[in-house]
Amino acid sequence: MNSQIKHAKGDRILLLTNNILLTIIVLVIVGPLLYVFLSSFLEPNAIIRKGLSLNSSDWSLEGYKRLFTDDTIVRGFFNSLLYSTGFTIVTVLVCLFAGYALSVDGLVGKKVFMIFFLFTMFFGGGLIPTYFVIRDLGMLNTIWAIILPGAVNVWFIILARTYFKAVPNELKEAARIDGASDLKIFFRIILPLSKPIIFVLALYAFIGQWNAYFDAMIYLDDRELHPLQLVLRSILIQNEVQPGMVADVEARNELMRISEMIRYSSIVIASLPLLIMYPFFQKYFEKGVMVGSLK
Amino acid sequence: MEELVKAEQTMPVSKPAATSKLSRNLTYIKKNYILYLLIAPAVILTIIFKYIPIYGATIAFKDFSPIRGITGSEWVGFKHFTSFLTSPNFIEILMNTIKLSSFELLIGFPIPIILALMLNQLRKSSVKKNVQLALYAPHFISVVVVSGMVFLFLSPVGPVNAILSTFLDKPISFMSDPDYFRSIYIWSGVWQGAGWASIVYVAALANVDPQLHEAATLDGASLLQRIWHIDLPTLKPVMAVLFILAAGGIMGIGFEKAYLLQTPMNSPSSEIIATYVYKRGLLAGDYSFATAVGLFNAVVNVILLGVVNQVVKKLNEGEGLV
Repeated sequence: MNSQIKHAKGDRILLLTNNILLTIIVLVIVGPLLYVFLSSFLEPNAIIRKGLSLNSSDWSLEGYKRLFTDDTIVRGFFNSLLYSTGFTIVTVLVCLFAGYALSVDGLVGKKVFMIFFLFTMFFGGGLIPTYFVIRDLGMLNTIWAIILPGAVNVWFIILARTYFKAVPNELKEAARIDGASDLKIFFRIILPLSKPIIFVLALYAFIGQWNAYFDAMIYLDDRELHPLQLVLRSILIQNEVQPGMVADVEARNELMRISEMIRYSSIVIASLPLLIMYPFFQKYFEKGVMVGSLK
Repeated sequence: MEELVKAEQTMPVSKPAATSKLSRNLTYIKKNYILYLLIAPAVILTIIFKYIPIYGATIAFKDFSPIRGITGSEWVGFKHFTSFLTSPNFIEILMNTIKLSSFELLIGFPIPIILALMLNQLRKSSVKKNVQLALYAPHFISVVVVSGMVFLFLSPVGPVNAILSTFLDKPISFMSDPDYFRSIYIWSGVWQGAGWASIVYVAALANVDPQLHEAATLDGASLLQRIWHIDLPTLKPVMAVLFILAAGGIMGIGFEKAYLLQTPMNSPSSEIIATYVYKRGLLAGDYSFATAVGLFNAVVNVILLGVVNQVVKKLNEGEGLV
């Protein structure tokens, strides 16, 4: 009993420290995001120089206005939308199909298929041989270079298989006795029961593709085809403000000031949609992680 | 196929088990061909985009000429491997790769676990949920944007230097100093990923029977003791699997962010194998050499994965990944 009371005090201090630390962590995480958001409406470094002033001369929508005088970012946005949607449809279908076949008890060759897929997770031919394949198939500068090479996601297949395995066998058996074919069972019984996993996979695929830039950088030379992330890369990393956005600006200082504002506003434009949406889908994201960890 | 079956059937019944197994399998495949049709797209795509490139990687042992193609190019054995292993920047690039990813592992692996243990102490579920929501947010930002934020914040005229200017005479050029690259890479990664990575651990902790904690408290265990003896052992299996995967990926450290954060000035510490392969191969057109470098990397990676798996298996009572 004595030790319990003694500990109770120590525990309280520990819990208090814990709460304080977590508060600091949350501030460190959210702070930069908030800073970017506010800065996108302010003259460069206004927050650092003056704090959050309510002086209207510090506030400005110029970054956003300039961002949209040029159609690169809008085009990038729609390209990304197209690539992400196409990729999501293809990868989810391919992985669901494979996952279902692999979930069937007694499938002949199951082990071979699993090794065949798993092997690619740990070893591959590398960047250049893959590039050659895609070039030789004539897929450079086409949407297919973005959609197809990454469509088979072994992780997705495992997730889908795990989910399908949990569907009670009695359901399938009953349908089979009623004379339903495998295909019918899959489309009429399994798929309607699998909306959660389909949703999880689709979310992962869409967001992964939306935020990716590497494949597009390698396979798409044509600037007209560039997705949003590549446009952002040229604005944020390569410091190339699109000429159309600053056509009327000549003074160097002015150019720097404006490109700074464009950068902040482009981050907000690119990130805000997902940041606003994800809390609504959080449940599903977590579910995806769970199913995966059970394996 | 049918002939094969017939041939098998007419053979003397010396191996009856094998014969009947084969024909049983063939009947199964015929009966359930739909399943094989369902798996076919994944198999075909994997062959085209994963296995054919492995064949293509043979150009690492050839002098690739675009005119003669992969098959027609001349074999040169290990020439490109030797030239990489003896090149002056081999040690630097290899060490950069190993340092960057092992420091990332050392810092990035325990933080999500600690974070989960901390989150687990939050009793009010509404508070916990909101804190988690905030911690996960950076995961949904692209790596381009995170790198862009790093450049903006750390630029000589950016906010970090503005704050530091009260203590320092002149701004620090973080992005062009090789000394800062690894810290920037790793801590921006922690900022973006630690919260998200804690999900698995948070979920595992949620499965701990509360009665265990109650009983331990009655027996006089302090909070720290309960975390040590109840919470941490619960996480051990998850930790083992995730550690193998992470340690096995040491040589496979991602190209995407390193390339974005790389500047000509910080390349003495930011040039890793993946960025080197890209530059030598696709930018400079040195296909065979770059493929050899990539292949070297992949082989080391597989060996590493095997070793780590064995070690963890030993430490974790025979439970590894494979």
